[in-house]
Amino acid sequence: MQAALELFDISKRYGGVRALERANFACTPGRIHALLGENGAGKSTLIKVMSGVVQPDEGRIMLAGKERRFAHPQEAVSAGVACIFQELSLMPDLSVADNICITNPPLRFGLVDRRGQRRIAEAALKRAGAEDIHPLAPVSSLSLSRRQMVEIAKALAREPKILILDEATSALTAADVTRVFSLLKRLRDEGLAIIYISHRMNEIAELADDCSVFRNGQHVGSFVAGSRSAAEIVEMMIGRDIEHVFPPKLEPSQESLVRTPAVSVNDLSWQDRLHHIKLEVRPGEIVGLGGLDGQGQREFLLALFGVLRGVRGEVKLGDRKVVLNSPRQAKQAVNGLALVPEDRKTDGLMLPMSVRDNLSFVALESFARLGVIDRSAEADAIADMLRQLAIKASNIGNAVSTLSGGNQQKVVIAKWLMNSPKIILLNDPTRGIDVGTKQEIYALLRRLADDGAAVLLYSTDYAELIGCCDRVAVFYDGRIVRWLAGEGLTEHALVSSALNINATSEMLQ
Amino acid sequence: MMTGDWRYILRAQRGVWAAFLMFVLIFGLYIGNHQAGWTVPVITTAANKGVLLAIVAMAQTLPVLAAGIDLSVGMIFVLANCLASTLVVGSGLQAGLGAVAVLCCGAICGLINGAIIVYGRLQPIITTLGTGTVYYGLALGLRPVPGGDIHAGFAEALTGAHLAGIPTMLLVLLALVLLVWIPFRRSALGRATLAVGSSEGAAYMSGVPIDRAKLLAYTLSGLLASVAGLLLTCVTFSGEASAAIGGVYTLNSIASVVIGGTSLMGGAGSAIGSIFGAFVLRTVGDLLFVFDLEPLWQPLFQGIILLAAVSISSLKLLRLRNRLDVFR
Repeated sequence: MQAALELFDISKRYGGVRALERANFACTPGRIHALLGENGAGKSTLIKVMSGVVQPDEGRIMLAGKERRFAHPQEAVSAGVACIFQELSLMPDLSVADNICITNPPLRFGLVDRRGQRRIAEAALKRAGAEDIHPLAPVSSLSLSRRQMVEIAKALAREPKILILDEATSALTAADVTRVFSLLKRLRDEGLAIIYISHRMNEIAELADDCSVFRNGQHVGSFVAGSRSAAEIVEMMIGRDIEHVFPPKLEPSQESLVRTPAVSVNDLSWQDRLHHIKLEVRPGEIVGLGGLDGQGQREFLLALFGVLRGVRGEVKLGDRKVVLNSPRQAKQAVNGLALVPEDRKTDGLMLPMSVRDNLSFVALESFARLGVIDRSAEADAIADMLRQLAIKASNIGNAVSTLSGGNQQKVVIAKWLMNSPKIILLNDPTRGIDVGTKQEIYALLRRLADDGAAVLLYSTDYAELIGCCDRVAVFYDGRIVRWLAGEGLTEHALVSSALNINATSEMLQ
Repeated sequence: MMTGDWRYILRAQRGVWAAFLMFVLIFGLYIGNHQAGWTVPVITTAANKGVLLAIVAMAQTLPVLAAGIDLSVGMIFVLANCLASTLVVGSGLQAGLGAVAVLCCGAICGLINGAIIVYGRLQPIITTLGTGTVYYGLALGLRPVPGGDIHAGFAEALTGAHLAGIPTMLLVLLALVLLVWIPFRRSALGRATLAVGSSEGAAYMSGVPIDRAKLLAYTLSGLLASVAGLLLTCVTFSGEASAAIGGVYTLNSIASVVIGGTSLMGGAGSAIGSIFGAFVLRTVGDLLFVFDLEPLWQPLFQGIILLAAVSISSLKLLRLRNRLDVFR
């Protein structure tokens, strides 16, 4: 049978980073094709190429045997490629019906035909199995799961021939997942080519006809679903090209094991994103948070740092039970928390301000006497930090945005170290920075731990978790599903527990 | 009709209803305490005062819906006033052509704003601050000292007369709603404007014509502002390049938009709400007059009304679960 969509030798670079390298892919009408791969394997870039969101640097796209080029998402849509993205493409203030018909509204006398639009929206919602959603409801009033259903209905209203779902079920409730699955099977029987990305192996076991595995931007292989075991698939997904150098881990001494934990969390829950988290970090320990991206690790760090409202459960710092309501409270000397946030450009730094100002913000009050900043004390502390972290800045009066990514990240870490924190939370601190700086950060974290700090590190890079952490808590769906430590902390164990594969490995066989 | 339709329709229009109720309340208080009460001259005067701001507020609504703002509406209003006092004179035909020229000029001013914002990728607030000053400069060049005139029949028809007790100015406003706002709101491009204001990224991903939507919003804004300028000339029978008038109308138009329930973040709201918002703002001033209070208190009361209206819409912040979302 002729392939619905074929990609040949697609390459894409972002700056110096290689997202896709001569990748090939093909999908067939009437089949569901699953895309597999670790975080950053290139799956998202691949579907962005297919749907016209990004243009490949090299390579060809063939649609039903004809070569095509999509300069704009709209061109892919009119060619019959509909994509349901992870980030929603809905306009929250508009109604469900408006959203479904936004691209191509039915017109009467040049104006939007609201009845016609209503009919289209109702039909699309019904087809998606979400006829209980009112077409006039504003999207902002719907829950995340229902919004995702609207997103699916919107894609269906465009009558696509190729449907791409990128983690489309990750926000869905169990009832909606069932509806989407029966819908996808029906669409497959109608002859659509469906491309399905999910990190949930059980979903892939249930739905997929074909599978393709990607790793580091390259296509590793394709096979018919059911022809490989779960272990073989994980093997295909693993594989590294760069070896990181990690500082040696020391066996925990007996005395450190009996020390009171610096943080102990018991039964912590937040909305429907975190469930009954229990975790302890002792001084001198680096504890990793692992698992696939978006399983609640970020929210957990934010909850500890007092950013989230309505957190249930118990948090103890040392022997003291605390309820933190703001980062300002969390950073006070009695609590001694620090958080290196995920996005240094928005949450970590004030980009147009100078390196000096950025460094001293957190600890500013400790330099102030009667509200006036003691400039020489500030200068001393900053000079000390610049030396300790080897921050390369030609002039600390320059805007922090002029530094390289790695040095910017060092500034974020350094500004918190100025406050001498006892508990350091890091949210993917090495993302997008060079290998040399990564190694410096690993060494720094170990040094801080040796000096008695408790470190909680979330990373999307499995090698980093293995190399840096004493123990790793693997998150899945807002819960800790497994603890890995010592000899048991291997890439294989991390990947398979991140996919929650123990529960599903029999299904794949 | 599905059951429960009215609930969603009402919910989408609650800002308009709130502004309408506020207006009825304040206007009732005003008329109830007015010496002359509900008589044609009182209503006509009130309408003539309110409609000018109402139209400028409509003009402001469109860019705000697209998550922008137009600080030049007041200056386009003043420029149109000066132009009208020069062009809308002479024979009936000449005056008619002059009026058309005034409106075209307003639309072009708006289009220039839109083009700079869309193609120059500049921020609306600073773009329109700059162009507004330019438009004021043109007005000043045209009319260094107040003066000029307007076709008497034309002015009389729009301001003095009334049909069955309804002031003509109100009918002009109604016509603008029916001929400009409703078609805009119902057109595909008008809805694209709201989509852009609601989430520009999502609108782009949905293949919405973002650039054309913004251009349309600013052009219509300029057009509406010039309609108001033309009407001002009919009321005053002269043209005056006054920076104070331009500034006050710009700021009051933003206040009216907010009282009318339109979010300054864009995406949701209605020009009809802005009309009632403008009426509320105008009546508050007159209210002090009928209660024999010093007019000095007027800004204070207008400020309080504005703050009250804004705080209603920010109540939803109390429901946020992630404190970081407050800043997003």
